[in-house]
Amino acid sequence: MSVSIQEKQLIPLRTVDTICAYCGTGCGIRVEIADDQAQTLQVQGDSEHPTNFGRLCSKGSNLNETMDIEARLLHPEVDGQRVDWDSALDTTASRIRKIIDEHGPDAFAIYCSGQLLTEDYYVANKLMKGFIGSANIDTNSRLCMSSTVAGHKRAFGSDTVPGCYEDLDHAELVILTGSNTAWCHPILFQRMRAAKEANPGRKTVVIDPRRTATCDIADLHLALKPGSDAFLFNGLLSYLARNNALNHNYIDNHTTGLDAAVALADEHSDSIETVAEQCGLEVESVETFYRWFMETENTVTTFSQGINQSSSGSDKVNAIINCHLATGRIGKPGMGPLSFTGQPNAMGGREVGGLANQLAAHMELNNPKHRDLLSRFWNTNNLAPSAGLKAVDLFQAIGTGKVKGVWIIATNPVDSLPDADRVRDALQGCELVIQSDCMNETDTTPFAHIRFPALGWGEKDGTLTNSERRISRQRAIYPRSGEAHADWWIISRVAQKLGFEEAFNYQHVAEVFDEHARLSAFENSEQGILRDFNLAGMAGLSRSQYEQLQPVQWPVLKQADQQSTGTQRLFGEGGFFTPDRRANFVAVTPRFPENNTSQQYPLILNTGRIRDQWHTMTRTGLSPKLSAHLPEPFVEIHPAEAERYQLQEGTIARLQSHWGSMLARVRITDSIGRGQLFVPMHWTAQFSSQGRMGPLVNPVVDPVSGQPESKHTPTSIVPYQGKWFGFLLSRQRLQDSRLEGIEYRVRSTGVDHHRYELADSNDDANWTELLSLLGEKGDLLEYQDNNQQRFRAARIDDGRLQSLLIIGPSSALPERDWLASLFASEQLEDVERRQLLSGKPPAGAADTGPVVCACFGVGRNTILNAIAEQKLDSTEAVGCALKAGTNCGSCIPEIRQLLKN
Amino acid sequence: MAKAHQQIQDPTQPSPLKLVVIGNGMASIRTLEELLQAAPDAYQITVIGREPFGSYNRIMLSPMLAGETTREEIMIHDRPWYEEQGIKLLAGDEYEAILIDRRHKQVQLRNGDKIDYDRMLIATGADPIRLPVPGSDAEGVLCFRGIRDVEAMLERSEEGQHAVVIGAGLLGLEAANGLSKRGMKVTVIHRARYPLNRQLDQEAAQLLQQELESRGIEFRLGVNTHSILTKTDAQGLHQVTSLKLDSGEILAADMVVMATGIRPNIELAHNSGIECNKGILVSDCLQSFDPAIYAVGECVEHRAVTFGLVEPLFEQARVCANHLASHGVASYTYLKPATRLKVSGISLYSMGDYDLNPKKEGEDIELITLRDPAANIYKKLVIKDDRIVGAVLYGDTVDGPWYHELMRDEQDISRFREGLIFGREPEDAP
Repeated sequence: MSVSIQEKQLIPLRTVDTICAYCGTGCGIRVEIADDQAQTLQVQGDSEHPTNFGRLCSKGSNLNETMDIEARLLHPEVDGQRVDWDSALDTTASRIRKIIDEHGPDAFAIYCSGQLLTEDYYVANKLMKGFIGSANIDTNSRLCMSSTVAGHKRAFGSDTVPGCYEDLDHAELVILTGSNTAWCHPILFQRMRAAKEANPGRKTVVIDPRRTATCDIADLHLALKPGSDAFLFNGLLSYLARNNALNHNYIDNHTTGLDAAVALADEHSDSIETVAEQCGLEVESVETFYRWFMETENTVTTFSQGINQSSSGSDKVNAIINCHLATGRIGKPGMGPLSFTGQPNAMGGREVGGLANQLAAHMELNNPKHRDLLSRFWNTNNLAPSAGLKAVDLFQAIGTGKVKGVWIIATNPVDSLPDADRVRDALQGCELVIQSDCMNETDTTPFAHIRFPALGWGEKDGTLTNSERRISRQRAIYPRSGEAHADWWIISRVAQKLGFEEAFNYQHVAEVFDEHARLSAFENSEQGILRDFNLAGMAGLSRSQYEQLQPVQWPVLKQADQQSTGTQRLFGEGGFFTPDRRANFVAVTPRFPENNTSQQYPLILNTGRIRDQWHTMTRTGLSPKLSAHLPEPFVEIHPAEAERYQLQEGTIARLQSHWGSMLARVRITDSIGRGQLFVPMHWTAQFSSQGRMGPLVNPVVDPVSGQPESKHTPTSIVPYQGKWFGFLLSRQRLQDSRLEGIEYRVRSTGVDHHRYELADSNDDANWTELLSLLGEKGDLLEYQDNNQQRFRAARIDDGRLQSLLIIGPSSALPERDWLASLFASEQLEDVERRQLLSGKPPAGAADTGPVVCACFGVGRNTILNAIAEQKLDSTEAVGCALKAGTNCGSCIPEIRQLLKN
Repeated sequence: MAKAHQQIQDPTQPSPLKLVVIGNGMASIRTLEELLQAAPDAYQITVIGREPFGSYNRIMLSPMLAGETTREEIMIHDRPWYEEQGIKLLAGDEYEAILIDRRHKQVQLRNGDKIDYDRMLIATGADPIRLPVPGSDAEGVLCFRGIRDVEAMLERSEEGQHAVVIGAGLLGLEAANGLSKRGMKVTVIHRARYPLNRQLDQEAAQLLQQELESRGIEFRLGVNTHSILTKTDAQGLHQVTSLKLDSGEILAADMVVMATGIRPNIELAHNSGIECNKGILVSDCLQSFDPAIYAVGECVEHRAVTFGLVEPLFEQARVCANHLASHGVASYTYLKPATRLKVSGISLYSMGDYDLNPKKEGEDIELITLRDPAANIYKKLVIKDDRIVGAVLYGDTVDGPWYHELMRDEQDISRFREGLIFGREPEDAP
């Protein structure tokens, strides 16, 4: 059921307020539905939601394009056969029971995801730690947020985000470190831009080795040496102390450990010159940054995976927090450290305790009092005795056979974990792999013995928490697809089949939430065990109160007048959750990344997101609009390095690390430093033969948080010696097996067609074989220049283009955009048919060029022509003329570039 | 009646020379047109033609046969034109020239008249070859050369049902297409393995064949005519009934059209002692061995080449007129022209060594091909050392002249090789 979107106003039968499926910003979405099957609907921003006030980014606005029913898993399967729910649940329970009985609870594990709703997470954590009796439950949030969790807990005694988004409006200085906010949290980025335009005096500092689109609003860009962040912030602490810019009132009343932290900072980074040298920066830039920080009271420091994904991620988080504690700039309007979470409900997972080294509800595994409280609350005597295996260790344990069974929920570790090919081998040999997912074809699918169909984004009901502790409701838009069920339902039914009927007989998601809220409030006081995470004011809600729950930031304490308002900020006046209620300075010894570059692997590989794709593209990969922006795995490299390694723009390169290799399209840019490479994280085996970056990433983790160092792997790069290159555009999607013999394959979704980029280095193009990829339907058009190894062909079925294949000796091939656009027209013009195999539009027709603005599908050439013809001089002018950049705005940086040249 | 062209005698000028033109076809008329422009009053001209009407455009005989045009519409000049130009036209069998008395510079006509000449232009064209098979002279065995042939074919096609065309060259196919349009069941027989084998490669020819077959025309290829069978009608005439192939197959035939090629008509010149070989031997000035006698068109042989297509004739006419007007500067060099054809609505173009093939001639020959059979398109370029040495275009010939130019100038095409077969690009036209 691919859903059509009505451009014109439609009379809504009903309206549903819910939350976007993607990043940790947590934007409110209002969906107006015109019919009961929700075939025709309009997706727009929820103007009243305090996170985004009606705005949506390109991914959020195109959620409707990812509702493809054919791609969904609709029925339970056991060993490849479709079965009914009861037998699937029975089989699952018996196989889990068999493993636990033979090898003990630690031989089983659950690996879940920040995409789960809080209720799903709660039930999974309760089952593993409360009743199966092992803490072997970890989550893919291990890969993005665990360093922040560790940093928060070491400093505040709890995993608490002190500030909120509103601080971005009041801040006079915003520091963005290790975060390509423009592409990864577009709505927050727009909020910063709007605040900056409203208050010109305000300054923005971007700290990132790459000059990303985020630098578009940067007054100062510190393109520091990869991994040197702790030196920079340690240096800042030392600078603040040297210039007695410390807030002694706040320090004396609410902190401990300043002197040790400053002493260690002085030891390593006692002068600006030293820091500049350690970070590979200009002395003036460091000095300006430090001076701005010192002089600006209202300072917010935001950070994300650039800081977290490091072998010293936790230390970097604490180095940042130290500077805010030292100046008392925390928990007050317009100031404080503000971590941006990657996934929509990473926070929900952390609240529930869904990490192998946590107990539950912000309580600790190794604390006897916490364990006693939880045992009584859950009425269990089988609490997990000790910490479980973190993600990387977990899959290594599966590889060695220590863990015999794993239940993977809503994630694809074979793509996202480091040393991903070992993860694949581990799953290959694992005795029991259970998978819950809403999608039918994922890279985890081939290894799953048991598969449960989960509800998709538009079918789920429950709560989730964004980066500023704001709990919102995700509400169902569509009836469920096939026999899919909510994850909390699946897990609790398996739990009941395992014999824990009484503890898991939830009938409605509101019941799970209520238990979660009651646990957070249970004995949560000075006399009992004081925890920051407290939803006392949300316990005991009726079904309709739960249904109409409005977004609220926790903790939500019980108020006399029952009006629970939530908490905007914490720690403004201290009140930390350490035993002495004081924040801890953490003395940080800065460290560079673990693996250094070598003669064999001379470059540093950095990985990260791109604007229009999400995670492993199981959903965004379905949307033609979102796939148009950057349709192929690519590698960014500095012009000087490209020359040294003989790489041309648009050709293919082979990247190799000690652990694995991949192929990627070369993009030469000076936005990345020398000696560095950047590849996107999104490509999987579903979309590419050799586009996964996971296999290359070094399995090095932060000893405290267990978060992998995904931003820094020594790597080599060489040109791909292809014998032939080409691309196939086809109205029908091809069976993957048809293309198996071709070495380089990348699939992306276009409007009314699928696109395959192809290449091979083993043997010459076998044209007769390749011709069969066009299918049999329709007239065959063919172009051959054997001597030049140039072959082109197409199938046209009574005037309508069915498929097109272009093969050549090098990557220099015709532009894809005009050819792809022909699939949208019912009938080809004669002149288009004549010119088809030339790959060039007939002289008259406009070639819009690659897409820049995904929301309105505006191409680069269209923008350049408009700028020239209508003398446009600003992004606003371009916006009025072409609408480009007026919806989500994440393409404004590219438009600004086009205006410049 | 327009005023006759009165030549006012200019005493200082010598009286005009007498020019006698034998043949009233396209070559002679084009020469006269060029001459009248270059030296309007140099000659007092007499034209002698066998066919009893003005000159007409032979290429338009096919559309006439197919009913797409009429006899009047294909006339180039009717009789009044000659008078206006002061040209004496003697058109009809009785005026056929039978001997040139070169010593007395007189030409004798069939009706006994003798006409003096100072200069003579022979343009007697070519005669269709009649296969010397039994029954080849029967009633209903026709050629496809002039208007009278077309009229005979039209008359016979009224009641006739089956037609057999011998020869699948351009004329054969045009005849077949015309007769088929007239409702006859047509079969074309041909010695070679595919039609138009002297103009097209096998693939283009077969595409054309399929197209014609789709219009009801049948083909027998790689066969020869054994004999033509007849029956005697009431008037004692032998009427053609069928045609026997050397394979033994008998094809019903109320009409047989012989389109097996043409032979230069040199009878008059030969009998008059003018040097001939396959055709009347002429120099680069189109002058025969007798300095007073020039020759142009299909009757001519120049540097061992004889002519069948129209393009070379116009070039000969220009050069010959130049000399008749005693300007004496032009010289005729034969350029193997591109073949530009339109067979029943399908445009064809071939030039140079279009039939070279890497399998036969070795690796240095490279082919670039573009096929869209459903849209009746087939294009092939033959490349050697990055230069075009030949081409066949079927269905889309718009770029033929450009390729011919590139071939003639031996232009290196490697810079725009990728888009070459798709036609001239604005920026890369040399």
